[in-house]
Amino acid sequence: MACWGHGRNVVAEPLLSVKGLSKQFGGVVAADDLNLDVLPGEIHAVIGPNGAGKTTMLNLLSGQLKPDRGTIRFAGGDIARLSPAGRSHLGLARSFQITSIFRDFSVLDNVALAIQAHDGHGFRFWRPARGEERLRGPAARVLEQVGLGARSDMLAGNLAHGEQRQLEIAVALATRPRLLLLDEPMAGMGRDASDRMIEFLRSLKGEYAMLLVEHDMDAVFALADRITVLVYGRAIASGTPEEIRADRDVRDAYLGDDEAA
Amino acid sequence: MRNAITSRRGIVTLAVFAVIASMPVLGPALGQPFYVDVFTRVMIWGIAAVSLNLILGYGGMISFGHAAYLGLAGYTIGIMSDAGIDNGFLQWPVALAVCGLAALVIGAICLRTRGLYFIMITLAFGQMIFFLGVSSDRYGSNDGLPIYSRSEFKLGGAELDLGNGTLFYYVTFVLLLASIYAVYRIVNSRFGMVIRGSKSNEARMNAIGVSTYRYKLTAFVIAGVMCGVAGVLMANFERFVSPDTMDWPQSGEMIFMVVLGGIGSLFGPVLGAAVFLLLSEFLSNIMESKNIIFGPFLILVVLFARGGVNGLLGSRAERRG
Repeated sequence: MACWGHGRNVVAEPLLSVKGLSKQFGGVVAADDLNLDVLPGEIHAVIGPNGAGKTTMLNLLSGQLKPDRGTIRFAGGDIARLSPAGRSHLGLARSFQITSIFRDFSVLDNVALAIQAHDGHGFRFWRPARGEERLRGPAARVLEQVGLGARSDMLAGNLAHGEQRQLEIAVALATRPRLLLLDEPMAGMGRDASDRMIEFLRSLKGEYAMLLVEHDMDAVFALADRITVLVYGRAIASGTPEEIRADRDVRDAYLGDDEAA
Repeated sequence: MRNAITSRRGIVTLAVFAVIASMPVLGPALGQPFYVDVFTRVMIWGIAAVSLNLILGYGGMISFGHAAYLGLAGYTIGIMSDAGIDNGFLQWPVALAVCGLAALVIGAICLRTRGLYFIMITLAFGQMIFFLGVSSDRYGSNDGLPIYSRSEFKLGGAELDLGNGTLFYYVTFVLLLASIYAVYRIVNSRFGMVIRGSKSNEARMNAIGVSTYRYKLTAFVIAGVMCGVAGVLMANFERFVSPDTMDWPQSGEMIFMVVLGGIGSLFGPVLGAAVFLLLSEFLSNIMESKNIIFGPFLILVVLFARGGVNGLLGSRAERRG
């Protein structure tokens, strides 16, 4: 099982295509006529100041929230009304900004459960799941891949923060996604750990398409093929890293302060 | 796992079960034959608590109406017996089916809610069934329904006579062990991992592609049927069933047993049932209202012994972890 993704898609058609996506909470517009797409194999980063609606956008894409308006085409169909579980089975995986793992499970069990969820047979009541090589083997390989092989038997809640972030990615990868939705994978990490995460995500590049929400500008400019800038739920600019860096509006709205700091 | 048997918890658990297993001999030998009755109740409540622990301890579903299945099973036995059907091969499956069906309906509705709402709505269903018992004049309403003959198990010439106290004791003992073993297999199976995962982190469970509802509902039904086994035994043991069997304090006591024994531990609920019933037996001999002791006792357990009896038996390192 060398290849976790479904291979590089040679069709130029976008894997994910968002059109006119809108969401309001009371009077607050969290997503405002949002248009966005992710091509197969590309890393598309979304940046923006706090409260720009980045996490709301990810929640809309992964199904935690349902949009007021708009379509989300993924792998050929509109998934805007589909449950999170249903989207996962189409090949959408996400990591959460606040680490979301099974804290009282072992590291290996965390990943094995994600493997199991996509193995199709959850209604088995008698055979010990921990004895199934069919689940343990692939789970162990994913852990090796993210560099947590030595931590397999530890309780997930006892991992260091950075390792929990890695496990978060491992759980997402174990569902064999076509598109990874990453919500600030570097959040709360030190420089070294961030650099390792950047290296790791770079190693996944091409194999998985990624929509990356991140505050760490080094990470964004190191990884992204394209960048979209979100302000008040609206995409104010979109382009290559060079174009975004050169964009005056973006500098005024957002980048300027960040680079000065 | 290697030293599971030689650990303090292993030794104590084993000792408790050895005491339970030998009680029909031990009780009369000690000149305390009524201990056989006390321990029969401990085992029956043990089965009920084990079943509740499956959904409460492993699945995080705090059902406050679990005693309903004790009553539903008991009334099924009582009503069938009243109608002249004493065949256990008929009574027991029907009683368990009634519990399973009730759990399916109750669960299907309650599991659409979370947290406090779930607790309240299971309580409401439990009380609804309680009032069903109260309002059934045909079957004794508040006074309850006496069951004149025990379930009969006759096959060819052979008969399993549940009227025999010792035999009944060991039938109950075997069913207790069977229910613990069933829970052990279930919680470690693929299904069990999903149930425990939903308790641990439901949003993550959804995100990896599992709609937890069907799994939780299935667990809810299994627990209902398993509690029905306790209800069937209780009806046969007490030869009486009344609305009180399924009143909410009974559901509360069941939760207490699980908490006392150790939430989400395999043998904990049985230890909890034993401590609860023995203590309440002891206290009711020496004082008017045992709740004066029980109330503070529960508070102390919750504050200082989160893992219950089972947790106290574990190692220090484990308790920290």
